[in-house]
Amino acid sequence: MNGLLKKIALYLVLTITAFVVFFPILYAFLISFMTGGELLQGNLFSKSFHLENYQKAFERLPLAHYLMNSFIISLSVMIGQLVVSSMAAYAFVFIPFKGRDAIFFLFISTMMIPWEATMIPNFITIQQLDWINTYQGLTIPFFAMAFGTFLLRQHFKTIPKELDEAAQVAGISRFKFFVKIVVPYCKNSLITLGAYSFLTTWNMYLWPLLVTNNDSVRTVQIGLKQLRTQELATDWGVVMAGVVVVIIPTLVLLFIGQKYLQKGLAQGALK
Amino acid sequence: MKDVELTHLSKSYDMQTEVLSDISVSIHAGEFFVLVGPSGCGKSTMLRMIAGLEDITEGTLTIGQKKVNDLHPSKRDISMVFQNYALYPHLSVEENIVFGLSVKKVPKTQRKKRCHRVAKMLGLTDYLNRKPRQLSGGQRQRVALARAIVNESPICLMDEPLSNLDAKLRAQMRSEIKQIQRQLNITMIYVTHDQVEAMTMGDRIMILNEGKIQQVGPPIDVYNAPANEFVAKFIGSPPMNLAKATIYPDNQTLSVVGRIHLQLPPEDIQRMGTKEVTIGIRPEHLQLATSESQQPGSSKFEVKVSHVEVLGNETLLNFEFAEGNWQAKWNGQWRVNVGDIVPLSLHYSAICLFDTTTGNMIKQPTQNEQHLIQGVSI
Ligand SMILES: Nc1ncnc2c1ncn2[C@@H]1O[C@H](COP(=O)(O)OP(=O)(O)O)[C@@H](O)[C@H]1O
Ligand SMILES: [Mg+2]
Repeated sequence: MNGLLKKIALYLVLTITAFVVFFPILYAFLISFMTGGELLQGNLFSKSFHLENYQKAFERLPLAHYLMNSFIISLSVMIGQLVVSSMAAYAFVFIPFKGRDAIFFLFISTMMIPWEATMIPNFITIQQLDWINTYQGLTIPFFAMAFGTFLLRQHFKTIPKELDEAAQVAGISRFKFFVKIVVPYCKNSLITLGAYSFLTTWNMYLWPLLVTNNDSVRTVQIGLKQLRTQELATDWGVVMAGVVVVIIPTLVLLFIGQKYLQKGLAQGALK
Repeated sequence: MKDVELTHLSKSYDMQTEVLSDISVSIHAGEFFVLVGPSGCGKSTMLRMIAGLEDITEGTLTIGQKKVNDLHPSKRDISMVFQNYALYPHLSVEENIVFGLSVKKVPKTQRKKRCHRVAKMLGLTDYLNRKPRQLSGGQRQRVALARAIVNESPICLMDEPLSNLDAKLRAQMRSEIKQIQRQLNITMIYVTHDQVEAMTMGDRIMILNEGKIQQVGPPIDVYNAPANEFVAKFIGSPPMNLAKATIYPDNQTLSVVGRIHLQLPPEDIQRMGTKEVTIGIRPEHLQLATSESQQPGSSKFEVKVSHVEVLGNETLLNFEFAEGNWQAKWNGQWRVNVGDIVPLSLHYSAICLFDTTTGNMIKQPTQNEQHLIQGVSI
């Protein structure tokens, strides 16, 4: 009886917290269906659903184009980061060389430098390379990240070193060992890192703003900002419609990722 | 067929202390060679140096007359079984077994054939599609074994492969590994801390302690004539009984804490040339004193039994002797109670003597019962 009461209380608290945390998104979702007049009245729910806001959002901006750009850039950064970080982590764990630990600590100490501090030199580099308004300019600076290398190195280190030694005795090449053994072994960390890098890139604002000055490769986050300042009086319904469209991929990824994570954890528990 | 030869091999991890020092031994082709010693004595290090997983600090290692100090592990014609089996967790049993064959350019049909032959030999045929975590400890052990023998390397290295199994399975695997080795005529270099495995499996064994070779030889020779006190205590279960003894050259006797008095042949006294010795006697050579056992060269003494173990076919008596615990092993079942006074006898021909200062053997037993079956017909 006591246990049941405790459970009810726990779920009550969880529900309230979830509602508080989720409220802004929920409210944005509701606003996106309201007309301007209804919004000004301060209603929480509109009397009827209007889809005009969505229509307007897509009309006023090349939103589909922006979405496509964001998708390409996020996917490229995700793949690039996974490849670079996992290979770097492999070297830091499995290939002994002089000064390996020193180099690793130097490498992860870059995590303490805020990204904004390196923005100017990075921008100059991109400009010199003539990469303004290109996908490379938007993606390549994010391929080698200390965080991803650190995360994967921690997981790679849990691989028994006998697996590597058995492969060495059998004459299996480093690359084959990496692809066939290390990657499947650390699938869960790779998925986690992939989701993380996709989302961070999707939500990036400042860097795309700096290195783009026309619509060709511009991302959806900048599009949202444009939606706000196009007219004197911002049409919040349209902005919120845009916001909802933009956060959908985030939510989808979160749901898929969560499912994978749970599966991974269950597998781990069996061992 | 290739011999493995170690010449003045040394290993140091920190360039200050030597983990292995001056190891010289020749392992013959087709031989079952066991490396045995207490944990931390450097057995794994030596095996890993042979495999090429650890650098050689000093000395030379040759495999088949060729110096291989700097050769990559995969070029040394070896296979290896690890203590924790090192199976790839997300590959099936079959994939685990053939994984190494793909690099050796074995055609696919051949791979499958070899895998099935090895699986049949080790009773794994029904498990080929399972993942390692769906197998019991003994089955995983067999997969590791299958993976080692499937690539038909002439030399196989094993590092304590049976230490994670229960006693019954261990006994079974001991004879299976031995049979496979004989059948395939592999050169086996086998590491264990268990002297029973060493005694039962090895054609020759090498006892290692603190990085130094104590003795190399066939198990029976090592058992009968241990080179020093360490080997005497390490090989044999229960271990050899040891105690300090003094030689009195004047009346040609050896005395152990005034309770055992043995007559010594004069030539032995001359040869040994020391007075302070350690006497060693195997538990099975301490028998009940009877009127017949009173021959020249034997000594009778009485002990108070402190503990008795009746094991069905043999009886172990424990008693305090010369500041240590001694054991006597008698065949059959004996009704002896704790606290009983039992007369024991031992014969000079059955004892070992060690130099107390160096620990080295100076007299080996001459009385060893060796039984032979000759011309038996039923
Ligand atoms: N990678 C290493 N670095 C430093 N010392 C080591 C290393 N591996 C083993 N040792 C040391 O070498 C000695 C022998 O170890 P090992 O060969 O594993 O012993 P065994 O296998 O006989 O138990 C031990 O004292 C151990 O601490
Ligand atoms: Mg070891």
